[in-house]
Amino acid sequence: MTDSLAPARPAPPPPAKFSTAAWGRWFWRQLTSMRVALILLFALAVASVPGSIFPQRGADPIAVNRYFEQNPALAPWLDRLSMFDVYAAPWFAAIYLLLCISLAGCILPRTIDHVRALRRPPPRPPARLSRMQGYRTGAVEGPEVDVVGAGARWLTSRRWRVRTGDGWVAAEKGYLRETGNLVFHIALLVLLAAVAVGSLLGWRGSVVVIEGRGFSNTLTQYDTFTSGRLVDRAGLAPFTVTLDDFQAEFERGDIQTGAPRDYRAEVSYLATPQSGAETATIGVNSPLNVAGAKVFLTGHGYAPRVIVRDGSGTEVFNGAVPFLPRDGNFTSTGVIKVPDSDPQLGFQGIFLPTAAVDAEAGPISLFPVADDPALFLSAWQGDLGLDDGVPQSVFRLDVAEMTQVGLQSLRPGESWTLPDGLGSIEFVGFDEFANFSVARDPGKELALAAGVAAILGLMASLFIPRRRVWLRTSEDPTGRTLVAVAGLSRTENSSVDDDVQALLEAVASDGSGPSIGNSEGPRA
Amino acid sequence: MNADLALLSNQFVYAAMGVYTLALISFAVALAATRGQVVEPQRVDAAAQLAKVPAGVADTGSSAHDAGPAVERAGVPELPPGRRAGNIAMSLTWLATGMLAVGVVLRGVSAGRVPWGNMYEFSITAALAVSVVFLLMSIKHDLRWLGIFVTGAVLLTLGLAVTVLYTESAQLVPALKSWWLVIHVSAAIICAGGFTLAFVFSGAYLIRDRAERRSPDGVARGWLSARLPDRAKLDRMAYQVVAFTFPLWTFAVIAGAIWAENAWGRYWGWDPKETWAFITWVVFAGYLHARATSGWKGRRAAWIAILGFATFMFNYFGVNMLMPGLHSYAGV
Repeated sequence: MTDSLAPARPAPPPPAKFSTAAWGRWFWRQLTSMRVALILLFALAVASVPGSIFPQRGADPIAVNRYFEQNPALAPWLDRLSMFDVYAAPWFAAIYLLLCISLAGCILPRTIDHVRALRRPPPRPPARLSRMQGYRTGAVEGPEVDVVGAGARWLTSRRWRVRTGDGWVAAEKGYLRETGNLVFHIALLVLLAAVAVGSLLGWRGSVVVIEGRGFSNTLTQYDTFTSGRLVDRAGLAPFTVTLDDFQAEFERGDIQTGAPRDYRAEVSYLATPQSGAETATIGVNSPLNVAGAKVFLTGHGYAPRVIVRDGSGTEVFNGAVPFLPRDGNFTSTGVIKVPDSDPQLGFQGIFLPTAAVDAEAGPISLFPVADDPALFLSAWQGDLGLDDGVPQSVFRLDVAEMTQVGLQSLRPGESWTLPDGLGSIEFVGFDEFANFSVARDPGKELALAAGVAAILGLMASLFIPRRRVWLRTSEDPTGRTLVAVAGLSRTENSSVDDDVQALLEAVASDGSGPSIGNSEGPRA
Repeated sequence: MNADLALLSNQFVYAAMGVYTLALISFAVALAATRGQVVEPQRVDAAAQLAKVPAGVADTGSSAHDAGPAVERAGVPELPPGRRAGNIAMSLTWLATGMLAVGVVLRGVSAGRVPWGNMYEFSITAALAVSVVFLLMSIKHDLRWLGIFVTGAVLLTLGLAVTVLYTESAQLVPALKSWWLVIHVSAAIICAGGFTLAFVFSGAYLIRDRAERRSPDGVARGWLSARLPDRAKLDRMAYQVVAFTFPLWTFAVIAGAIWAENAWGRYWGWDPKETWAFITWVVFAGYLHARATSGWKGRRAAWIAILGFATFMFNYFGVNMLMPGLHSYAGV
């Protein structure tokens, strides 16, 4: 009895004659052999390594771009080998699909064998019981005692599978070991299917929301959106979420000063356009469940609020602009584009929640909380390039067609009058923004069920011993009934001794007497 | 945050290191004095024989472990060579483990949470887990030969923890504020203990196996190999530890996946930590299969267990310190 799934059998020699069927059989036996399964397992382990060394598009596309910039010669070659999409690479898929086929090729025959074994009664006692494990004997007074019946009842009450015959009992226990083994391996295949369901039917979007604003679950509202091939992108559940308030707390003590301590996003949401508004708090480990999707808080930052007026004093921009945090103290950079003034205006900015100017690093924040906020601006005038039809990043100013007009630092409430009558910009204050990630994975419940089944199956297959016991009676000349018991452990590292002893004690009054004969049986 | 308690915790950890060092020396003395005559196999045979005798007869000695002391009580004053040093070493290990346990608990109390929020805390808790598993196993088996390796590994871990990995006691970052920290990380810590023992058993197996194969009559005579249990027992112990640890590791990975789903919106994202957890899982799955495959049993299986331990260690040190990823929040 082996612990593992694939039967250990010697690798067959390749067929001598080149018949397709023979080669097919040879290949199939190779693939389903334990040796090849082992090699595939290790291939899978080795193939997973590069994905932890090189940045992966699925996890961090920006890091991949950076890698291309830093290694322009090497990166394209690595890309050809799918080193930036390791877990979606054809060679990776080849390994795990072969492993799955190998697995299925083992599960199927073993399931059939196991079902047969479950329906078959335990085998009769061997001819020489004394050669089996834990052999011992006892005696019962009187010839008419129903030892067989007592033994069978005792075994049945302890959930043994029992078969009786003329003067003997055979019993077997621990079928759950093989059941667990099969459940574990089938659960792995189900888990893979669940992953496939998630990647075909799941979707994921991310969105930046400033306090007081919100978003609805439609494609156009997301900053990034990825979805499986079978997702109806136009038919997403029509819920809306509004960010009422965002709170972040940071460590002010001496140890780990500035480390985040708590994030909370107070939101109100409508599960459907018709339903009433509800409120919820989204935290780092407590997402919002809405309409089959989950809304996660993945980040936050500051959005300085500015009013820009043109040369004539007309308000041409009024709003909060999210700035991206660059370090742990939320030194944040961003861009304000004002296309409605003439000439067009653009501002590159640095927002500092707790402002300081470092001799080398320039403007830098000393603490993540807005204790002493300041906005450093570089103003540009000219053509923002928005009319070219080429999509632009909202976090980059294209200064190819622009000229710099000056630099200024502002505190909340301060204004800066631009030179040459270009207008003015007022730093009104700031809002906070939150990054939300919204995801739906219809395969995750199945994946969890498969995971739980895998653990339970694994435990059964490792901890439950499979064993057999036998009992045989005979009559001795003095009229007593002699009872002989023995067993066979079918699992490594386990003994049937206790079972055999307990069985003997259960049927024979003096069953605890010393054993007779050889107690050393052949080991499984 | 209670700085006094954190300081007291540090003092207990340092004191425990001192006692572990004494235990290590005592184990070394005990091992050297054993004179290559291994007690272990005989004791095992005796145990096996006792077990085979029906319960009534076996009652004279309740377990093989008591056989030694029983002789002692009978009035034989002379202890076998190394026995006294070995007993002292075991007592010192109990003492050191108790002190380390106090240090770990105080660390947790000082921060008002479970004591595994960063690499320093994870390391001292894992060292405690290894010691506790070793001591619990030593109640049933004679593991004095193993003591030198366990106390050595514990000292190495604690040494790294207090020098390279030390972090002041502090609150958790929001990402770690979850019940899953208690469940997922505690499972991983116990697995650290289990995989370490599997590594030690497998390494000892390879040493012993080499000596047994090279010897013309199959008796190991090397300085170290003669003091180790026979290879069949080492192989069995390695298997038993892995058989216990592998399902727990599976659970740790799945618990991590549930937490990831709740924190990041996906249960599996091939983050470096996840990738290496998967690699460790696959390697130990390979170990379990290898032990049932002809041609892979024994030496190859032992090497696979050592490889599995190496991937686990890389996941802890290499991934935390070298690779950027979602798990690199805790600081060193």
